[in-house]
Amino acid sequence: MTDTAPRELPLQELAEVIIRFAGDSGDGMQLTGDQFTSISAALGNDLATLPEFPAEIRAPQGTLAGVSAFQVRISDFAITTPGDAPTVLVAMNPAALKAQLHNVVQGGALIINSDAFTERNLEKAGYESNPLEDGSLDGYRSYPVAMSQITRDAVAVHGVKPRDAERSKNFFALGLISWMYTRPVEPTIEFISKKFSGRDQVIKANEAAFQAGYNFGETAELFESHYEIKPAPLRSGEYTNVTGNTALAWGCVAAGQLARLPIFLGSYPITPASDILHDLSALKHFGVRTFQAEDEIAAAASAVGAAFGGALAFTTTSGPGVALKGETLGLAVSLELPMVIIDIQRGGPSTGLPTKPEQADLMMAMYGRHSESPMPIVAPRSPADCFDAAIEACRIALRYRTPVMLLSDGYLATSSEPWLLPAVDSLPDIGVEFQKGFNGTNEDGEGIFLPYLRDPETLARPWAIPGTPDLMHRVGGIEKEDETGNISYDPENHQKMVELRAAKIEAIEVPDADIAGDADASFCILGWGSTWGAIDATVARLQEAGHKVAHVHLRNLNPMPKDLGEVLSGFEKIICPEMNNGQLVNLIRAKFLLDVKAVNKMNGVPFTTGEIEAAALAAIEAP
Amino acid sequence: MTDTPMRTQPADWATDQEVRWCPGCGDYSILTAMRMLMPELEVDRENTVFISGIGCAARFPYYMNTYGMHGIHGRAPAIATGLAMARPDLDIWVIGGDGDMMSIGGNHLIHALRRNVNINILLFNNMIYGLTKGQFSPTSEVGKVTKSSPMGSLDAPFNPVSVALGAEASFVARTHDMDRQHMMDMFRRAHAHKGTSIVEVFQNCNVFNDGAWEGITKKQNRNANLISLEHGKPIRFGVDDELGVIIDNGVAKVASVADVGEAAVLVHDEGKTDPSTAFMLSRLARGPFEPTPVGVFRAVERLEYATSSTSQLAMAHNEKGSGDLESLLRSRGTWQV
Ligand code: SF4
Repeated sequence: MTDTAPRELPLQELAEVIIRFAGDSGDGMQLTGDQFTSISAALGNDLATLPEFPAEIRAPQGTLAGVSAFQVRISDFAITTPGDAPTVLVAMNPAALKAQLHNVVQGGALIINSDAFTERNLEKAGYESNPLEDGSLDGYRSYPVAMSQITRDAVAVHGVKPRDAERSKNFFALGLISWMYTRPVEPTIEFISKKFSGRDQVIKANEAAFQAGYNFGETAELFESHYEIKPAPLRSGEYTNVTGNTALAWGCVAAGQLARLPIFLGSYPITPASDILHDLSALKHFGVRTFQAEDEIAAAASAVGAAFGGALAFTTTSGPGVALKGETLGLAVSLELPMVIIDIQRGGPSTGLPTKPEQADLMMAMYGRHSESPMPIVAPRSPADCFDAAIEACRIALRYRTPVMLLSDGYLATSSEPWLLPAVDSLPDIGVEFQKGFNGTNEDGEGIFLPYLRDPETLARPWAIPGTPDLMHRVGGIEKEDETGNISYDPENHQKMVELRAAKIEAIEVPDADIAGDADASFCILGWGSTWGAIDATVARLQEAGHKVAHVHLRNLNPMPKDLGEVLSGFEKIICPEMNNGQLVNLIRAKFLLDVKAVNKMNGVPFTTGEIEAAALAAIEAP
Repeated sequence: MTDTPMRTQPADWATDQEVRWCPGCGDYSILTAMRMLMPELEVDRENTVFISGIGCAARFPYYMNTYGMHGIHGRAPAIATGLAMARPDLDIWVIGGDGDMMSIGGNHLIHALRRNVNINILLFNNMIYGLTKGQFSPTSEVGKVTKSSPMGSLDAPFNPVSVALGAEASFVARTHDMDRQHMMDMFRRAHAHKGTSIVEVFQNCNVFNDGAWEGITKKQNRNANLISLEHGKPIRFGVDDELGVIIDNGVAKVASVADVGEAAVLVHDEGKTDPSTAFMLSRLARGPFEPTPVGVFRAVERLEYATSSTSQLAMAHNEKGSGDLESLLRSRGTWQV
């Protein structure tokens, strides 16, 4: 620092910036990224976030395995993805730099805590020489800052011990970045005093570190300019920032209210689904009962029991859990009771990549139970869409008395986006009636209850819950006689029941296929689930470059939109990007005999727009 | 519930479904005991639910004119736990055999017991797999020769009462299919207990393990080998009541009362908070050829799970008011555009 007076720096306007905060898992990078996101949201920017956690809770400090990162993209235009490559990397130690550098765009800015580049840390990160000195950062704009030291100096006046002082350095980084992108100071000061309320010294230390970071940007003659990103032209209204898992939890609660039913969640902790269990467990004042079961099977089985009793029942899990629940879900199919299974997909098989997303449970959702066991499937396309998808899954479950699989993934689960809050009274009524009286007569003309007599329109059976006089009945996993539900091993009856169960699911009313982009294009990108954002951004880029391109994105995967075959047949070329080895492609080919080209990615990282764009261009240009 | 419920008859609790157990199976007498008990309990059929897993015993719900679910193998306690939490107003019975409850469903059983959710579990123990045609079960004795163990089973058996006590069960009892009155007594006690109750029923599978319990349950063997536990009474038995149970060096043993003196005979206390004595009693016999206790081993009060869950809901409601969706959606902060 050579001068303490504020300098007049040029203010440059930017359309967008993609910042990645990276540090040790104990460095508070998620908190830092979250707070930067909140300030930017309040300024009216559009934004999208992508956190990245290590699989181990406390991976050895300073190692590549222990790096935790948070990417946020803020813009003055509408965006649907957290961006392909960061333009700014904040690296709190050598491991963070090493793990993340390859992601950064050429010429991007590196803001580095140079104090952490000790010999020991360099060695832990696997550096043979110091990248700050050996020229390996040429091609980037590198800004080494003695963050630890300045933070220590700044907090020392508040009597904080040097060891504890270090903990505030993420707020130094946040202060610096806040200065760089002309974010206001006050919201973070407020945030700090709320977040650490009751721990005065921590508040003082973090505030001091944050201010020091901000002032450093202003006074150190290190940066050539600072930047401004104007608000994005978003639809007007009230917004909040949600992750997919929180939106799912809220969607479950909303569905309970819309159906006027109590909510039951049976769940067993599993990454990346546990947050839904946590969120719902904190919502007991909504009448939500959560049950942390002894295992995945009991979690599903308890939900079946609760559904039998008349609750809106859920079980939340990830792929390995769905595998364990398979037999119980078969029972739910056979009982024809409503429930929703939420699968936050992650890389597999087996334990696979617990913290990384994949879309490879589609076939399991479709066919992963023994025998003919059809189950509707709903997949949200963005974090905020998880809310609506949860309501849609419940609508189908209740109306058709069937278990429904909701397929989200680890990407949607933890990433966030601004959500224009819906008017609660505009949400659909998904309530259904319990059976209250007899629905048939015996040969003596007396009223009887037939638990498997179907509604001619929906083919749903009556939902008669214990406590209802006269309607005592037995259900079970053994094949049952049509209408009476009595045990039946009759061959004709079994054939009929298999066909009825299939027909019921096939006939579920779902919205028609929606064509985004150019409806009259001859080229279409087909997708489902979390690839929506990247495909949407690709379509915009291709259109800008003068291409005609359509985008069909499936939310209902079983049954698919009734007009899907017709819609897809209208295109000459279709590609389908999926984070799996071609599962939707196989379903589409089998169902419609269409030659859809698979574009697959299975490295645990969501598609970038660039990747889909390249695949699309290759397909467009192919003869 | 109507104001003045008409007393039901056992026949009212029967369904029109043909009972399909093998002729002579012990399950019949258990079913009869249950149907006879129901009118006495003065409960409504619509508020009663039977839940089972898979196995011969698990057909039970189809024969009771109540709500019922014949689930999947081993999972009945978990299904029942979900139902009991969603509907604490119901009377829930869980029926299963030794394979269903102690083997494939062992995990669910012990966790139901430790949670103490208000369900009544009846474990029909016939020490064999019946429905799959005669393989050794987790309660079969070592050396049991079956189709899957032609040279004898190598597995050490579970003692269901010991397992239940080890799993913190608040109500543990045992009865047998040759004594209807005793079964009814035990089922009545199980029903009255608030929390998870488990009753082991010695049940004869006359097709694959006939006479397995005869050494203790046959009329002429009962005096010598069946010890009836009664709360507050010295544990005595024998043809001439000449034997008693004593605790010797931390182990329950059978002794001649004449030798040890009346004062040494253990007085049964089913309400002891510490389960150690009940556990010792459960270890008294090594198999159905030695004096074996039946009756209530343990009946203690412990917080019932669904009740506790309901009070948490009420507490949250008191603290935060009735959940409001509008404010939930705004709970993480909002901004206006
Ligand atoms: S196999 Fe054994 S337990 Fe099963 S019904 Fe027949 S006799 Fe009873």
